Amino acid sequence: MFVRGLKRKCFDGEEDIEGTLAGIKAIPSYNLQRQSLLDMSLVKLQLCHMLVEPNLCRSVLIANTVRQIQEEMTQDGTWQMINTQSTGQASLDRLVSTDILCRSSRDQAEGKHVPAYGTFNKAFESDQAQESSETMSTASAVQAPRNLQSNVWEMENPQENKGNFQKSLDQIFETLENKSPNSVEDLFSEVDNSYYDLDTMLTGMMSNTKMGHCDSLETFSSSTNTASNSNCKSDLNDLDHIVEILVES
Amino acid sequence: ADIISTVEFNYTGDLLATGDKGGRVVIFQREQETKSRPLSRGEYNVYSTFQSHEPEFDYLKSLEIEEKINKIRWLPQQNAAHFLLSTNDKTIKLWKISERDKRAEGYNLKDEDGRLREPFRVTELRVPTLKPMDLMVEASPRRTFANAHTYHINSISVNSDYATYLSADDLRINLWHLEVTNRSFNIVDIKPANMEELTEVITAAEFHPHHCNVFVYSSSKGTIRLCDMRSSALCDQHSKFFEEPEDPSSRSFFSEIISSISDVKFSHSGRYMMTRDYLSVKVWDVNMENRPVETYQVHEYLRSKLCSLYENDCIFDKFECCWNGSDSTIMTGSYNNFFRTFERNTRRDTTLEASRESSKPRAILKPRKVCTTGKRKKDEITVDSLDFNKKILHTAWHPMENIIAVAATNNLYLFQEKVN
Repeated sequence: MFVRGLKRKCFDGEEDIEGTLAGIKAIPSYNLQRQSLLDMSLVKLQLCHMLVEPNLCRSVLIANTVRQIQEEMTQDGTWQMINTQSTGQASLDRLVSTDILCRSSRDQAEGKHVPAYGTFNKAFESDQAQESSETMSTASAVQAPRNLQSNVWEMENPQENKGNFQKSLDQIFETLENKSPNSVEDLFSEVDNSYYDLDTMLTGMMSNTKMGHCDSLETFSSSTNTASNSNCKSDLNDLDHIVEILVES
Repeated sequence: ADIISTVEFNYTGDLLATGDKGGRVVIFQREQETKSRPLSRGEYNVYSTFQSHEPEFDYLKSLEIEEKINKIRWLPQQNAAHFLLSTNDKTIKLWKISERDKRAEGYNLKDEDGRLREPFRVTELRVPTLKPMDLMVEASPRRTFANAHTYHINSISVNSDYATYLSADDLRINLWHLEVTNRSFNIVDIKPANMEELTEVITAAEFHPHHCNVFVYSSSKGTIRLCDMRSSALCDQHSKFFEEPEDPSSRSFFSEIISSISDVKFSHSGRYMMTRDYLSVKVWDVNMENRPVETYQVHEYLRSKLCSLYENDCIFDKFECCWNGSDSTIMTGSYNNFFRTFERNTRRDTTLEASRESSKPRAILKPRKVCTTGKRKKDEITVDSLDFNKKILHTAWHPMENIIAVAATNNLYLFQEKVN
């Protein structure tokens, strides 16, 4: 439960947290709140019911909220700061998934809109080719997670970010390995990729960068089924599980 | 019983229609006062039940089309039968509800049970006679207005000319003639050429009660546009634009979401219109665009809980609002099965609860209070103990008397002013 209206602190939010780790109940800093809100919003956009068309009004409102947060983050330079932080020995509390989303912006021109934001906009894009058949936002919503993930991967400058990629992958695995050894396999085996479309994400990643870790990922992806997108509703528990681990909130 | 998704009185208030999530429409009729049962006046009993919409499957997009009734609007009565429009996400239907209390007997060609008589048995001609029978109420679909909306229909509104009506979805508004089902005119289209640029959707629309060329529509950004159909065929250019300037001191990431208008209703006089956003109800003078004339806080204590309400999606709940017959009082719903009424001239507001425990038949409702400060008085409810699953989204007020219908999830409550 976050306190609204908390004054924005300059980015020494981490110090605050460390200082209060002595067991005092900490009020999350503005930046942490904002980050959390951003992640919550992204998850909301991705988790929509596939059998029935998602509510367009809701999607638009959440998208606008994300846009606002990202604009503010770009303005006060927090965007950059998150990236610099994570290359160091970032705590695993850092939200890895968003971290990766943010990472590509560092290589883009400074001061431009975050590319993740740009790809994220594609959530509403109906393909030009499909305009005539009036594809609904659902079809694009289906593509949103795919676009989001694959575009982020695609935009990476393979040369420069190979190392960073490795690092972020390491972080993911580290997080996963902290749990019991079985859980990793359980995680991947239970997941119906319908929604996250792990397959496409991993394939996209594979085509851009070649790394040793990908081999192990490949076995995971091949063992899971490429189910249709119709059953994501039933897999919300699994999805929550993944998100929980990635987000560590 | 299914979750009620819309409630609407007809023009005389004698009939009350409800639509539910299962696509059913249930119509209640007010009992006439009789000498033998003097207290029965004011009671509504089931008059007709029918299945209006069925679930459909859109094979092109591999998606289900929900049968949930989003809105019901009555047509003014012009003959013995009653007509109403009911709509789900995609299709609007015109239903005729008629009574049958006589049946013909004495046919020449068929028996009483309907079987054809043998020709040689017909020895004489007789004239069939009408005999009384038990009242039977029949509902039959007269028109189906389909395939005109790509997005989800959120509103329908019958025009004061009683010949046309509008239907609005997230991005477009169409004008129909009640007699014509194979054609509708698009009068508002806010779909951007590039869907990437979509930042605003239409949330509600309504015709002016007297001027058949005027309608309004509200948006997810808290604005209302009034359009005049005489000015152009496509009303993308508004005639009036209503927006309250934002208070910079209360700005947060949720500002836009809570400013999204969930319902817009003209007053009966047509002079005012009322909009409902997440935390408040605003009354606007149609002649003044820059700010509302009255603002009523429905549940301001939720402002500090917006993050949690965003998390559990309650912040997206669409509450409706309604005027009483004389436009002196407005009503809207809240959480915990609470609903609120605001008297405009005295500024008096009341919070009441629609629940079985608190409403015995014929008992007077006790006003409720939500405790916003630390100290909870007796009978007050703290914000944290509110049940956010018990939400009153749909309410309706009798057009002439002080009788209100309140839908609480799958229960319908009817309250009336105590007459001494």
